[in-house]
Amino acid sequence: MMKRKALALALSTLLLPAAGSTLAQAPGKISGDVVKIAVLTDMSGVYSALGGKGSVLAAEMAVEDFKAQFKPKFKIELVSADHQNKADVGSNKVREWYDTEGVDMVTDVLNSGVAIAVAKVTTEKNKIMLNTGAASTRLTNEDCAPNNVVHYVYDTYALANGPGKAVTKAGKDTWFFLTADYAFGHSLEKDSTEAVKAAGGKVLGAVRHPLNASDFSSFLLQAQASKAKVIGLANAGGDTINSIKAANEFGITKTQTVVGLLTTIVDIHALGLPTTQGMMFTEGFYWNLNKETRDWSRRFFDKHKGMPNMLPAGTYSAVLHYLKAVQAAGTDDTATVMKKMKETPINDPFAKGGKIREDGRMVHDMYLVEVKKPSESKEPWDYYNVKQVIPGDEAFQPMALSRCAAVKK
Amino acid sequence: MNRRRIGYGILLALMLVAPTVVYPVLVMKVLCFALFACAFNLLIGYTGLLSFGHAVFLGTAGYVAGHSIKVWGFPPELGLVCAALAAAALGWVIGSLAIRRSGIYFAMITLALAQMMYFVFLQVPFTGGEDGLQGVPRGKLLGFIDLADDFNLYYFVLAIFVFGFWLIHRTIHSPFGQVLKAIRENEARAISLGYDVAKYKLLAFVLSAGLAGLAGATKTLVFRFATLTDAHWHTSGEVVLMTLLGGMGTVFGPVVGAATIVTLQNELADKVGSLVTVIMGAIFVVCVLAFRRGIVGELGALYKKMTGAR
Amino acid sequence: MTEIFGVPIQALYGQLMLGLVNGSFYAVLSLGLAVIFGMLNIINFAHGAMYMTGAMLTWVGLEYLGIGYWWMLVLAPIAVGLIGIAIERLMLQWLYKLDHLYGLLLTFGLALMIEGLFRDLYGVAGQPYSIPEMLSGAFNLGFMFLPKYRAWIIVASLAVCFVTWFMIEKTRLGAYLRAATENPQLTQAFGINVPLMVMLTYGFGVGLAAFAGVLAAPATQISPLMGSNLIIVVFAVVVVGGMGSILGSIVTGLGLGVIEGLTKVFYPEASSTVVFVIMAIVLLVRPAGLFGKEK
Repeated sequence: MMKRKALALALSTLLLPAAGSTLAQAPGKISGDVVKIAVLTDMSGVYSALGGKGSVLAAEMAVEDFKAQFKPKFKIELVSADHQNKADVGSNKVREWYDTEGVDMVTDVLNSGVAIAVAKVTTEKNKIMLNTGAASTRLTNEDCAPNNVVHYVYDTYALANGPGKAVTKAGKDTWFFLTADYAFGHSLEKDSTEAVKAAGGKVLGAVRHPLNASDFSSFLLQAQASKAKVIGLANAGGDTINSIKAANEFGITKTQTVVGLLTTIVDIHALGLPTTQGMMFTEGFYWNLNKETRDWSRRFFDKHKGMPNMLPAGTYSAVLHYLKAVQAAGTDDTATVMKKMKETPINDPFAKGGKIREDGRMVHDMYLVEVKKPSESKEPWDYYNVKQVIPGDEAFQPMALSRCAAVKK
Repeated sequence: MNRRRIGYGILLALMLVAPTVVYPVLVMKVLCFALFACAFNLLIGYTGLLSFGHAVFLGTAGYVAGHSIKVWGFPPELGLVCAALAAAALGWVIGSLAIRRSGIYFAMITLALAQMMYFVFLQVPFTGGEDGLQGVPRGKLLGFIDLADDFNLYYFVLAIFVFGFWLIHRTIHSPFGQVLKAIRENEARAISLGYDVAKYKLLAFVLSAGLAGLAGATKTLVFRFATLTDAHWHTSGEVVLMTLLGGMGTVFGPVVGAATIVTLQNELADKVGSLVTVIMGAIFVVCVLAFRRGIVGELGALYKKMTGAR
Repeated sequence: MTEIFGVPIQALYGQLMLGLVNGSFYAVLSLGLAVIFGMLNIINFAHGAMYMTGAMLTWVGLEYLGIGYWWMLVLAPIAVGLIGIAIERLMLQWLYKLDHLYGLLLTFGLALMIEGLFRDLYGVAGQPYSIPEMLSGAFNLGFMFLPKYRAWIIVASLAVCFVTWFMIEKTRLGAYLRAATENPQLTQAFGINVPLMVMLTYGFGVGLAAFAGVLAAPATQISPLMGSNLIIVVFAVVVVGGMGSILGSIVTGLGLGVIEGLTKVFYPEASSTVVFVIMAIVLLVRPAGLFGKEK
């Protein structure tokens, strides 16, 4: 079946060499009567605890909920793959999905290096990417593709500004960064530097480490040697966890403050409250915000045996929003669906009154949270005090500062 | 001889229609790796040198092609030539160091130097490090053939492959190739016959590196992406496996091996995940223990046996 | 004085200590490689995988069987040694008559298989292993902060290196071993069971690698990739030292570890390449390696 489809596609391309893009169906129909959604994520690597199987599960839940509520006439298929945190693996896989399997939309795509590559393929093939996993602000600035790519959950600007300003203003005003050496880390370091400077602080330097580094001790010794008051961890997932552990082993936490700039509840769960109490960072979602988040998160918990962080929650919301847009537009044509998605406000457990801006940024409230003391925590996964709800318009980079060529006026 | 010509003709015809039946990007990947393996085979199969760091040439050329096309705006054909030359130059440097030792040490030195280059690529800015060099435009061949179209690109890649294959074929059957084989069979005798063995080895190494580079540059064009994976030791191991499986020292072995491995990886990746690595390792072990002539080598032996028995 | 060339002395000592820790791993691994090479004439590419297996077993032992660190320090090397013996009997022994390169290729294939298997089972994210109670915490030496566990790694590795050296150079068993390395046929003629010694040597060599793996478990992330990342550096160490002498591998391993540590202080960008650069220089000046003999 798949082969025959590929063959048909290949033959028709051969016969109509110039027709490449007109081959896409006319607006008003759903190609092959199937809407095909792909989850590209890290299934077994250093970020697998952030997205991974949780993201796939969230996408499945979204499809289920959508079917139950809307009884759509079209079929919905879900596929997933592991990009192993390699940009080439991810972009080749997505190219194949678009070329031979008729995938309409790809989501999650955590790891900014992978995401930027996948965004390029998505633009080339004129499909849709709802990025719920990758953080780099490049996706809505230098590498923006507002007609094809939505940056849905969070980004390095939003992550940097919460703690960057709060910690600096609290008097800890000299920073040194421990940065994952790829697109994400670079963006986070850059955005944090700007946030620290804006709050009157100083950045003394940075050390770059490879993704999924095995031993952080020598990097932390370099950070210690800088004598900065704050060591900002511009990394994520397993790397953040290991950095914090090594900082404890070498007694660095006694003299310097370690700030994990991208920390989510699964990292706190892995490290435990005694190690992490008092840490402050920006989150896009907390399961214990209100009844709606609690209900949804408990459903997720029953299947996943762990609470969702902002990645699965965002993936759920993104898939649901996409399917609703397809339903309303009656087509899976990229331009039409994109238009519909941008017109419609987003209201679900993840976001209230969320809206997709013209540059592809989905704007919604973010939360500056502080990790509770062990004594304050009343039940498992009761980890955060929400210090501040940051309204979407403040949380994300304002349009005026946009470096996206496609929307600049 | 005539029969061989017909064989080549049929193969070429098959390759010409292949993209109408199979996903063209996959066939192009096979062709790139086939050329890479053929280049590698020139060393192991015909000179007896096991380079365990050959991926470095694939990777280097990928970056040079990507950078020259994307940043300097070179046309694709010029980018490929530059990349192959760069790989050959690097081959000269690594080769001169490595041929100071032989056998196992040669393998370890090439591996170590390749790993060093891997770390260099990880750190220098123009490669994009972990992110890779993304969004390389395919450009227009000779200024008017649009390579963004998979079919146009396919025939270009096929032409490159045929050229590389032909060049290797010619080299093997030239007097130079005869000397290489003499070195493989008995280095001491080649020296006593007055051949400057080191020079021949180095030349073979440079040629092999350059062709591996051509393969890497072509791959960059196909995937619009130059990446660290291409320079990683895993890729070096893969090319050894392709050549071993297909048949070291046979003309078609590396092509068969590359086609088998690439197709296998492609088919299995979604089904068994990381067990692919286990399967690759197992093929390695089986080949070394029981199947050292490889597919083409065994078939050749079988054919000889049958015709000989008649 | 708190700074040298603008580098705080505390950081300098810290990096030196970490260099020694890495150097200890290099030493134990290159020692195992040298012992195996001496006897079997093959380069054991699976050495990194064996090191990783040692660490993985340590983690599995605690996670699934409740066996603690100290027991695993003994059990894991024995288990891996037995795996090694099985590999030698089932596969390697058929290759001795062939070109040595086939040994390299076979062990490369084995390395892929072992790595892939653990990847499939546990992913590449890396498993945490906490430092045993007795060794957690640190000595505050005033001028630097020395985590107890890191000190233990150095001490334990050096001890194992010394014992190995002593066994090979000073005992009767070692004498047989050296004789068998020098001239297997003649040794066999004296009634010494050379194939048995070859088998045990391989088991012992990979056991050493597993021992290093157990030592590494609490200090790094236990990941299926930890071995292959290390083994190529160890190859460079072996090329620098030359595989002629036991003492040579130990000294080269430690020395290169320290140099790497110092590079992290003064020029961190070069820290991942410095060992390879040294290898290239040694090849130019002394192709047989610092302690090797030209064959």
